[in-house]
Amino acid sequence: MAVTAYSGAEQYNFDIVKKFAVMSLVWAVIGMSVGVYIASELAWPFLNFDSPYFSFGRFRPVHTTSVIFGFGGSALFATSYYVVQRTCQTRLISDGMASFTFWGWMAIIVLADLSYMLGYTQAREYAEMEWPIDLLIEVVWVTYLILFVGTIMRRKQPHIYVANWFYLSFILATALLHTFNNLAMPIDLFSMKSYSLFAGTQDAMTQWWYGHNAVGFFLTAAFLGMMYYFVPKQAGRPIYSYRLSIVHFWALAFMYMWVGAHHLHWTALPDWTSSLAAAFSILLLMPSWGGMINGIMTLSGAWDKLRTDAVMRFMIVALSFYGMSTFEGPMMSLKEVNALSHYTDWTVGHVHSGALGWVAMISFGSLYHMIPRLWGTRIYSNKLVEAHFWLATIGIVLYIVAMWISGITQGLMWRAFDEFGNLQYSFVESVVAMMPFYAMRAIGGMFFLTGTVLMLVNMFMTIRQGKRESAVLDAGLATRMAQA
Amino acid sequence: MNINFKHEWIETNIGLMAVLTMIAISVGGLVEIAPLFFIDKTIEKVEGVRPYTPLEQRGRDIYMREGCYTCHSQMIRPFRDEKLRYGHYSLAAESQYDHPFQWGSKRTGPDLARVGSKYSNEWHVQHLVAPRSMVPESVMPNYPWLLSTQLDISDTAARMKALRKVGVPYSLSQAEYDANVTKFGETVAKQLHIPAAQKNLVEQANFGNYDGDRSGISEMDALVAYLQMLGTMVDFSKYADDAFVETR
Repeated sequence: MAVTAYSGAEQYNFDIVKKFAVMSLVWAVIGMSVGVYIASELAWPFLNFDSPYFSFGRFRPVHTTSVIFGFGGSALFATSYYVVQRTCQTRLISDGMASFTFWGWMAIIVLADLSYMLGYTQAREYAEMEWPIDLLIEVVWVTYLILFVGTIMRRKQPHIYVANWFYLSFILATALLHTFNNLAMPIDLFSMKSYSLFAGTQDAMTQWWYGHNAVGFFLTAAFLGMMYYFVPKQAGRPIYSYRLSIVHFWALAFMYMWVGAHHLHWTALPDWTSSLAAAFSILLLMPSWGGMINGIMTLSGAWDKLRTDAVMRFMIVALSFYGMSTFEGPMMSLKEVNALSHYTDWTVGHVHSGALGWVAMISFGSLYHMIPRLWGTRIYSNKLVEAHFWLATIGIVLYIVAMWISGITQGLMWRAFDEFGNLQYSFVESVVAMMPFYAMRAIGGMFFLTGTVLMLVNMFMTIRQGKRESAVLDAGLATRMAQA
Repeated sequence: MNINFKHEWIETNIGLMAVLTMIAISVGGLVEIAPLFFIDKTIEKVEGVRPYTPLEQRGRDIYMREGCYTCHSQMIRPFRDEKLRYGHYSLAAESQYDHPFQWGSKRTGPDLARVGSKYSNEWHVQHLVAPRSMVPESVMPNYPWLLSTQLDISDTAARMKALRKVGVPYSLSQAEYDANVTKFGETVAKQLHIPAAQKNLVEQANFGNYDGDRSGISEMDALVAYLQMLGTMVDFSKYADDAFVETR
């Protein structure tokens, strides 16, 4: 009994954090591999292999679900369970509920991916899961909410740390968005097929209210929660401004929900709705940059860490990409810019500067900080972390530059007129013009994926090293106890 | 009365924080979504738009299953170049029976909102089976299985019943059928009658012979029937050029 006492196993439930942390990396590799594959299908269409299961249309949601909900979701479960226990100095209220969220969430991702390949989909972007999977998500999510809030209620000090505000808003907003966007009528209780409760314009508005806030809360607010714990920890300094964190938290929570309709500029959605969304999109720049400034300035006085600490570098580059894409976003929500950028690869590039640059990089930084501590050891190889950092950064730059060029080229070619006032290019000429950039994007993705694989190997070795060290420690303790 | 507000109250009370967060995140959606169901001008009054026939709806189901929306939009914007390339800009009314909407967000391929009647059935079949045999530069996947897979028509009525529950005016009773006759005319109303769904589907497929093979009803039949209908319901020659400007 005394042999295990030193590990702190009674104080916190780290077992659940470990499980989610490892699966986060596994899903990262799976999801990004599928991403590289579908990017390659666009560059080299023979890769579709005449197979229904791997054709682009069915495989693309496998990519988005595996990276957003598999990789991102698992990283959020892992870090939120870690942060809420550490900052509240208490154990999760229920090990059983924690375990249920893990197995439930894993089942959801596996079922979703398989069902898309078999052709079951709601055909709503980022909400493709059919109704039985949606119900399972609902149950897991409510369990998560109860577990998270219940743990905060058991906290040992009066204040709730700022990271938990962001995680809480993410859990509540995701519950709200998921519930209303997935209202659907199954054709039969024993059939996967259902039809959305809403139609046309109202359905489009609901879907993009969901779609953009999946970005706003799942991929932003929650990862800001991650940032608010792990950046100060890694830097060894307190958050730059407490006041700024209050202001930008409430502004972000309020404003994000208004901006979804900027995905529907110039469509059959009434003009007032998308104009209102555009106005809020521009306002949103301020709370977004509030978060970025608060994160980056936390390092003020310790800038030398950027030279010496690759993990810190992941976090700061993540915040820089966050700042960049939250500037690009409001710009693209201007109707004039959107008239050019909408329907093009520019949007895809923008999403990935956020998803790879911000979400993935801050997760990598946080996991590099957390995994060695969970297994009570140090990172196996800092050189590999360094290599991962450069592969990832080069990969992102290749990816988004390719998409900027191809997106703007598409937009300009579609609207070009010749001297007689006719359209200058046929559609397929714009497809031909994309080919070099589709290849470049796939290569950028391969760089990023290679970095992620290095991380998986490095963390595997770190965990093995941690286990070996604790085994040696256990053996030593056992010997000493036997002698005593 | 002077209440000296302190943010500390919220930071030390998880219940208060959850309630205030819920309020903050609910306003935007309420203001932007709820009015769309009540403002009459959101969806124009326009002649010709009708719910899909059973075969077209099954084609639409296949369109969704294959994830066509990941590369094709169905929403033409009011720009000169889009009018020349695709036709009149899309109206809200034209997707009023779309559960779910399929406006899309990306044009790796061209917009399809008005693709109906632009190409022959034979062109569509050949293009879906092997796109590069028609357009050598295309990056679209081949869909050979649509031609070789027979359409499962057994649950057609169940699908229409589910759509009826979410508001599509498919008819079950005689009264509903009569209402459809008044609204859409007898020819259309017959197609919307659920008890005759399977018969209607078979008849349309046999009559249209979309896949060029009369031996059965393939998934290709349904998909091509759907594509050939897209954007053809409204006769824009009946309307002045600026007829729909007000609702945009």
